[in-house]
Amino acid sequence: MSEMKKVYERTKGIKPGAVSGFCPGCMHSTVHKLIGEAAENVGALDKLVRVEGVGCCGLGQLYVSGDWLIAAHGRAGAVATGVKRSSPDSLVYTYQGDGDLAAIGLAETLSAANRGENITVIFVNNGIYGMTGGQMAPTTLLGMKATTAPKGRVAEEHGYPMHVCEIINQLTAPKMIVRTTVDTPQNVMKTRKYIEKAFKMQLEGKGYALIEIVTTCPTNWGLGTLESIDFMREHMLKEFPVGEFRMPE
Amino acid sequence: MERNLMIAGFGGQGVMTMGKLLSEATCDATDLNVSFFPSYGAAMRGGTANCFVVISDEEIGAPVSYTLDDLVVMNGPSLHKFISNLKSGGNLFINSTIVDAKEVARDDVKVIEAPVTQMALDINNPRALNVIMLGVYVGATDAVPAEVIIKGIEHKFEKKPHLIEPNVEAFKQGLEIGKAQK
Amino acid sequence: MAERVFMKGCEAIAEAATRAGCRFFAGYPITPQNEIPEYFARRMPEVGGTFVQGESEVASVNMLYGAALTGIRAMSSSSSCGISLYSEGVSYMAAARVPAVYVNVQRGGPGIGAIQPAQQDYNQATKASGNGGFKMIVLAPATVQECVDMVYEAFDLAARDENPVLVLTDGVMGTMMEPVVLPPMKSDEEVAALREAFAHRAVIGHKPLDQHTGEPGGIGDGWEKHNIETAEMYKTWDKDVRVEEFMMDDAEIVLAAYGISARISKVIVKQLRKEGIKAGMIRPITVSPFPYDTFANLDPSKVKGILDVEMSIPAQMRFDIDHAVCGRIPVMECLRSGGQLLTNDQVLAGARELIKEVL
Repeated sequence: MSEMKKVYERTKGIKPGAVSGFCPGCMHSTVHKLIGEAAENVGALDKLVRVEGVGCCGLGQLYVSGDWLIAAHGRAGAVATGVKRSSPDSLVYTYQGDGDLAAIGLAETLSAANRGENITVIFVNNGIYGMTGGQMAPTTLLGMKATTAPKGRVAEEHGYPMHVCEIINQLTAPKMIVRTTVDTPQNVMKTRKYIEKAFKMQLEGKGYALIEIVTTCPTNWGLGTLESIDFMREHMLKEFPVGEFRMPE
Repeated sequence: MERNLMIAGFGGQGVMTMGKLLSEATCDATDLNVSFFPSYGAAMRGGTANCFVVISDEEIGAPVSYTLDDLVVMNGPSLHKFISNLKSGGNLFINSTIVDAKEVARDDVKVIEAPVTQMALDINNPRALNVIMLGVYVGATDAVPAEVIIKGIEHKFEKKPHLIEPNVEAFKQGLEIGKAQK
Repeated sequence: MAERVFMKGCEAIAEAATRAGCRFFAGYPITPQNEIPEYFARRMPEVGGTFVQGESEVASVNMLYGAALTGIRAMSSSSSCGISLYSEGVSYMAAARVPAVYVNVQRGGPGIGAIQPAQQDYNQATKASGNGGFKMIVLAPATVQECVDMVYEAFDLAARDENPVLVLTDGVMGTMMEPVVLPPMKSDEEVAALREAFAHRAVIGHKPLDQHTGEPGGIGDGWEKHNIETAEMYKTWDKDVRVEEFMMDDAEIVLAAYGISARISKVIVKQLRKEGIKAGMIRPITVSPFPYDTFANLDPSKVKGILDVEMSIPAQMRFDIDHAVCGRIPVMECLRSGGQLLTNDQVLAGARELIKEVL
């Protein structure tokens, strides 16, 4: 048995033995794993600075092994600007949900992108406010129920789901804009590649990257783990199709 | 001894520059305390402009005073607006090209007239009306020695040396007018 | 004596910060402090620093927070209604114990108020600059020279306590020009050493598990522990209380004022003395920590009345005075607000009224 070869090891980007505080079936833990692996793969785990948004992503602070700081709700783009401009050798990423990035923080999100800050933005879009208990987000689908839209999102009253990648794609400065998901092994690997590419790009000083990851929220969607994946594929990915909006050469 | 001056006019008359020239030169060439406080209207161009200069051998309190020792008015509206702030026995300097001394409705202040707009045109240096008025002011009050201002002009136009002489000349013309009305 | 130069308050503040080793500034345009960001925009590139014009005050203060946590000396500035938007970021900086400096060049209020000077942010500055009940050292300069000296020193205080420091000035000092003697420029080596002094906490990336985090608190009992520790640190500020007592030895009436109001009050005290009236002045230089003891120790058998002089209606600092004096000495007010400046004459009139009442 001593001949066994280790073919898979947990990323050092996550504390050894740590258990994430995320709900069962939540994809946040997958994304955290991918960030750790991507940082390891580009050899910059010890340069990693996580600028954490507010919401479920805040649970990540107990889980990740590297440097982090908490930005006020929505301000990650501004805080990351301050960090990166003052410490250009750091590998700075923001980790934000849809309420954080697209509602309260839209000004900071757009402006950091528009300045072409040399940072990586990880945007986890599950169409709902998770930690506060299922309120409507800018990305909530039409007809989808939320605690603050008990009859479901209605266009006349709430407007339409907001497409962040498409909005950022109007700006000239960003170098990489992609939307992906982590529902299958293939998509998981693809997403890791994207994060790796964005990190590599940042280390080379090439500029801003936005990676939107469409995910589920089984708890607040009121669905089982597998049902919510089905729902995501059928509805979320229809509204938010995956794709490469802009890629570096 | 503290001396409070207000300079008032409209934008483009060099009101701020006149105040700054006086106060900066005082800072550079004397041991006196001095403050300069600008006050603009909300509009970026045109409109009113005025500033306050306080020169003192003691600590300066408010950089803005409404009991003035000296008031310089470069246009009519400033005269009417600020004349009541001048102390009894204070000095009123008027740009007599466009302000009529007859409009001064007080007989307890000393009026010093100088047609600075016309004088500036006459010497082909229409922007120098403020420097001429500064000369009038220093000539009539001895608020600071004339050499202090001349040094200040040399310093201000360090990078445009061809402007030093005409401005010093303009200043001296004003100085004579001021001395004559002392 | 070093050469004196004639400088506008805002520009003098920015130059003093640069000389103190500040290498990051983020800010947003608002009158009457625009010359601060404008100066930094020119100056920072000359010294290898960074200037960012934020998309809002909210963004600017959060940039400051991120920058300061890397250990760089960082600063921001704004004015009254802009400072309201700083509350969020300042509270985060107090929570994370970030050594940062910011300046409030006060203007009239409330709301958008007036672009002209005022002192209407006293309570906000000294009692509640954000949620959570944190405290800061708040310095209140009364001259452009003091603006320079206090901004220069604010960085040291911020670094010492790992806590934000506020310099509370106003639109008079921001826009006026006065002669100043500038402090020495810190060398690149000194600036690097200052940054290194924060290396134990800098959030710049470290080996796994060697992690530095912005938050000393955290889930569970972390925050209370943090608050208890921070409260202990606040107690050490007794030694930092600074106050100017002018002609107080035999004073029978006392003018109490900070910042711009104090320099006016001082002139009036001198004038009253010439008339044979025993006037004095107490000027809090740190408005937080407030010199309560100075007021508490006033002897009511000697001091007959206090005139609280502020450019705020209603009065704000007066409540700190009341808290210390406890009704033992009558307090009257001499106030302006909304961008209307106090003048020597008004303060003199206020003092005469007090004299009529109590002497």
